[in-house]
Amino acid sequence: MPGGNLIDLRRRVRSVRNIRQITRAMKFVAASKLRRAQERVFSARPYANRMLAVLNSLASRVEPAGHPLLEVRDAEKVMLLVVTGDKGLCGAFNSNIIKSAVQFIEKEEVNESLSLTLVGRKGYEWFKKRPWPIKHQYLNIMSRIDFSYAQDIAGNVIRYYSETELDAVYLLYNQFKSVISQEIVLEPLLPIRRLEQVVEQDVLLDYIYEQPPAVIFDNLLPKHVETQIFRAMLESEASEQGARMTAMESATNNAEDMIDKLTLHINRVRQASITTEIIEVVSGANAL
Amino acid sequence: MAEKLPNSIQLEIVTPEKQFYCGEVDAVTVPGINGYMGILPGHAPLLSELKIGVITVRKGNDEERFFCSWGFAEILSDQVSVLAEQVEAASEIDHEEASSDKEKADSLLKSKDPDSDFPAALELWEKSVARLEVSAAEKK
Repeated sequence: MPGGNLIDLRRRVRSVRNIRQITRAMKFVAASKLRRAQERVFSARPYANRMLAVLNSLASRVEPAGHPLLEVRDAEKVMLLVVTGDKGLCGAFNSNIIKSAVQFIEKEEVNESLSLTLVGRKGYEWFKKRPWPIKHQYLNIMSRIDFSYAQDIAGNVIRYYSETELDAVYLLYNQFKSVISQEIVLEPLLPIRRLEQVVEQDVLLDYIYEQPPAVIFDNLLPKHVETQIFRAMLESEASEQGARMTAMESATNNAEDMIDKLTLHINRVRQASITTEIIEVVSGANAL
Repeated sequence: MAEKLPNSIQLEIVTPEKQFYCGEVDAVTVPGINGYMGILPGHAPLLSELKIGVITVRKGNDEERFFCSWGFAEILSDQVSVLAEQVEAASEIDHEEASSDKEKADSLLKSKDPDSDFPAALELWEKSVARLEVSAAEKK
């Protein structure tokens, strides 16, 4: 605790109080944004699930091995798609995901052939000073996530992949677990993992196809990639708001603790000075 | 085949953004890639791509129309799932905007300009026509 001057101490309490006000407001803003983001995550899930169900039921009927997006090649040229936030003040959210990205790069020893696609300003700001080439970056879109961004990203990635400029694409993002916890997940995006063949009674159904199943597959697989990217963005946004809310709440609590401590100190200093004054008055009176 | 046919269809329309519609209906018409398909309860299992068009949902005497862009429909005897990229109800459609889109697309298509993006103009035209159909049906 700093010593001394009462006026300085009071000033300090006032500034900490201002900080507390700001962090508290930010917490509430994050909370309301979180609620919206959370709703979007939940309402996007039925589509993703249905998509997977249709893909699976199709995969169990069609031999999908021939499709270029399913073709597994030696992973020489790898792209990592990292979803970070656009803004800071959300605890270790951004630095954690960047750390995981670096870990991945180091572990896979893909230094030379690695390229990056970055979603979110924070990731871009960090990686632009590093030696790895950035193919694409998408900045300031997290606050207004739209499916068209996901389509754009997916379009680029698929083009590189089918032109064999890339052999594998990984997706790294924060998955929304709950308000206070998020988990960093690394998912292989391309080649699309061999689909699980669910053997249920459902499989026995013989569909009528309007087009050859292979054609449907051709159209459905890119859609699947888009959906994956879109979901990752929504999950990341919700996680970011959750992280910010938690960070701002603890900042508010810390500010409160500090105000308490400073106020106590101010009172002690004041009391001490009053005591000294009284002693002075009393001893002065005695001397008379 | 003594199996009893279902009386209604459980319809689910989902977009990447949200679950758009979920409920029991009597009949549904979807814009299949090879033309419109009317689906009644007890339909044979079918999987089809959807193109830009209008989804019509009938429930008793009520009919509802939705605009739909590219998507998929999975049809089972008592269940229809539509996965569409964009679905809009009549209330979400701006009639004026759709008309001006149509005019723009019309002039693009007629211009015979070799530089113009023909497929994009055609897509715009199809979308605006479908949107107009949905919003016109609502006004009646």
